Amino acid sequence: MSSKIYITGMGMISAIGNNVAESLASLENSNSGIGTLENIRSRHKAIIPVGEIKASNEELTAMAGLLPEQQSTRTALLGLIAVQEALKTAGITDIKEFRTGIISSTSVGGMGTTENHWYEYLDKEKTGPWLKYIEAHECGDSTEFIADKIGIKDYLSTISTACSSSANAIMFGARLIKHGILDRVVVGGTDSMTRFTINGFMALMILDKEKCKPFDSDRQGLNLGEGAGFFVIESEKSAKGKEILAELSGYGNSNDAFHQTASSPDGAGAYLAMEKAFKVSGLKPTDIDYINAHGTGTSINDLSEGTAIDKLFSKNVPNISSTKAFTGHTLAACAAIEGIFSVLAIKHNMIFPNLNYVNPMTELSFKPTTTLEKGKKINHVLSNSFGFGGNTSALIFSRHQ
Amino acid sequence: MEAYIKGIGIVSPQNTFDTPDFLTELVEHNSKTLRCIEPSYKEFLNPILSRRMARIIKMSIAASSVCFKDAKIDMPDAIMTGTALGCLEDTEKFLVAIIENDEQFLTPTSFIQSTHNTVSAQIALQLKCMNYNFTYVHKGFSFESAVLDGLMTLAEGDAKNVLVGGHDEISEKYYRVCDRIGYWKKEEQVLTMDLINMESDGSIAGEGASFFVFSNEKTENCYAVLCGIKTIYKPESNAEIETKINELLHTKGLTTNDIDLVVYGINGDARFDKTYNNLKEGIFKNSTATYFKHLCGEYQTSASFALWMAANIIKRQTVPNAVLIGENKSKVIKNVLIYNTFLNTDHSVFLLSQC
Repeated sequence: MSSKIYITGMGMISAIGNNVAESLASLENSNSGIGTLENIRSRHKAIIPVGEIKASNEELTAMAGLLPEQQSTRTALLGLIAVQEALKTAGITDIKEFRTGIISSTSVGGMGTTENHWYEYLDKEKTGPWLKYIEAHECGDSTEFIADKIGIKDYLSTISTACSSSANAIMFGARLIKHGILDRVVVGGTDSMTRFTINGFMALMILDKEKCKPFDSDRQGLNLGEGAGFFVIESEKSAKGKEILAELSGYGNSNDAFHQTASSPDGAGAYLAMEKAFKVSGLKPTDIDYINAHGTGTSINDLSEGTAIDKLFSKNVPNISSTKAFTGHTLAACAAIEGIFSVLAIKHNMIFPNLNYVNPMTELSFKPTTTLEKGKKINHVLSNSFGFGGNTSALIFSRHQ
Repeated sequence: MEAYIKGIGIVSPQNTFDTPDFLTELVEHNSKTLRCIEPSYKEFLNPILSRRMARIIKMSIAASSVCFKDAKIDMPDAIMTGTALGCLEDTEKFLVAIIENDEQFLTPTSFIQSTHNTVSAQIALQLKCMNYNFTYVHKGFSFESAVLDGLMTLAEGDAKNVLVGGHDEISEKYYRVCDRIGYWKKEEQVLTMDLINMESDGSIAGEGASFFVFSNEKTENCYAVLCGIKTIYKPESNAEIETKINELLHTKGLTTNDIDLVVYGINGDARFDKTYNNLKEGIFKNSTATYFKHLCGEYQTSASFALWMAANIIKRQTVPNAVLIGENKSKVIKNVLIYNTFLNTDHSVFLLSQC
C-alpha cells in the first residue's frame, strides 16, 4: 500500500484556456474568461455573464480527436479533452501497465442534451441521431465514454455531490490507492453549461448580473462556468522514475447539516472539512502558504467560508484568493480545476489574483490577494470546495520533497 | 475489508418495510412498472416538510430511519449512497417548467431537490449529522461504489457504523423514454412473477430505497458479514467473469464449492440472462440458485434489494419459495454470492458469510 499520493499528470479546459498552459497564461495576465453566453440559447443571455468555453460541440469533438459520428454530450467531450491532456503529461502510453481506474464527477451529466430533446424523446413518432443521447443523460455515462476512449477498465465510478464533486472524486481515488485497490487513478470532474443550471441558479437568485466579486462586501452572486479538470494520481510503485508535479497530502469531507442549499453562517461544515484535511496531511495551518478558496461570490458562501478560515487559522490567514472570477463557477469540475491551479501555484511559486475585489468584508480579518504575486516559495496549498446539500470538502496539495 | 451488516431498512415494490415477514406475502404488480409500496411518513417526517418532498427522498428517509432503529444506533459515522438518476421526479419537474414557461417564473424548490446528493444530504440534515457524506452516481456501479466506500471507511479505523444506501425512482416519463432504447419488454401484458421464463428482449422497470448499517462491531442481531465486493466493467468473456469471482473468493480463502447459494440478477431479458445461466449451470451448478428482479423490477441500484435478500437468507436460514430457481440444495447457508449486471455493461459481485 502506498502512503503517498503522487500527482503525475493534469489536464483541463475552461473559459480561460483549452489546456493547462493556456490557463496558466490567463491566470498570469489576469485574463478573465467571463463574458457573454454564445453556445446555448437562453432568454437570460443578455443578463448574465458566464465563463463559457468558446467552442461548439462539433469543435470539441474534433479537438478530442474523434470523428463527427463519435460526438457525445458536451460534458463527456470536455471530460475527455482534459483526461487526454492529463494522461499525456503523466507520460502514460500503456494504460494496462498498472491497475488503473477513473473516478469522475459531474452535476449535470447529459442534461445539456436532454433539455434540447426531452419532448422528442417522449414522442414515439419522432426519431433521429439524438436517440443515442437518452442513455447519455446518466452521469455515469460520461465516465464510461471517457473510459472507453482511453481504455480504462479496472475500476470506474462517478460522484455527484454538487459543487464539491471533483474534490470528492480526487479523495476517493486517493483512498483507492492507499487501500491497494488501484495503482493509479484518473480523478476529476466535468460539467457543461446548461439551461437547467442557469435557470436553477437564476431561481435561487444567486447569479451576479456583472462579473462576480468574491470576498467583496458588495458581492452580488456567482457567475456560472463550464469546464473539466483531471489529475493522474499514482502510488509509489507506478510513479517510480516519473516527474512528480506535487503530492496530494490531505483531504477531508464533512457535512454542514444546516440547509439544503445555504451554508451555515459560522461555516461549521467547512471548518470540519479543513480540520480533517490537516489531520490526514499531518500539517498545521501555519504550514499553508496559499489558500485557493471556494469563494463563489455569493453573500452566504464567502461569509461562511471566510468565517471558518478565520477560525481555523486563528485570524492569521496566509495569502488567499478565489479564482472563480477567471473561470466562473464550474460546479462539479471546480475542485479539480482549482486543484490544478494549486499545483501550478506550487510549481511556479505564484499566487493568483482574486479579481474584481474592492471593498473588504467587515466580518473577516483577511483581504484576498488581488494581484499576481511571484517569488514567495509555495510549499503547501489548501483548496476548498463546497456544494449543495451541505457538502464541504478540502484538499491540501504539497511540494514533492 | 469486511463489515457486519447490523441493520437494514428497505422500501421496495414488496412488503419489505419494517416487517418481520420475509417474502411470504407477495405483491403482484399488474404492470411493467413496479412501484414501491410507500409507508406512512408521519412517524418520520413532519407533514409540512413531507408535502414538499419528492417520493424518493421520503422513502429514503423512512428506510434509513428504520435501518438506524434496526441497528440500534442514533448517528452514523459516515453516509454513502448510490443513485444512478438522483431525484428524477424533481429533475423532470424543473426541466418541464423551464421548457413550458420559456425560462420564466421559476421557483427553485424542484431545482434544489433535483441535485443528485439530495437524499444523502436530507438524511444528514434530519439527523444533524456532520460526518462524511458521499453520493455515487455511476449507473450499475452506483450502489456498488457506496458499498466499497463503506468497507474502506470502516477499514480506515475512524468509523464504527456507516450508513450505506441505494435508491432510485422510476417515473412514468422516464419509463417511456427508456422504452425507446429497448430497456423494457414490448409485450402489452407481462406476468411479472413469470419473468424468469420469458424469452423476449427487455425487462420490467422497478425502483427502491434500501439502507444498511455496516459496522466493524459484531452484534447479536447482526444479519451477515459482507466479505467483499468486486465490480467488472464490460467483461469480454465468461472466463473474465469467473476469474474476477475467484479473485474475490480467494481473498477469503474460499472456492466456488464453498458457495451455498447465489443470488442472480436475472431480469428476463433474453439478451443478457445468458451471463447468469453460464454461472448457474457452470461454476455454481452445485449451489442453490435464487433471483429477485421479478419482485423489485430492474433498476440501476437493484443490487441493494439483492443485498437485503441475501442478508436475510443468511440470518434466517430460510430461502423464500418466491426467489428459488429449482430446488434448495443447501441445508446450511453459510456463504452467499450475489451476481448482478445492469445492461451487461456494469457487473458486480458481492460475497456474504454467516456472522
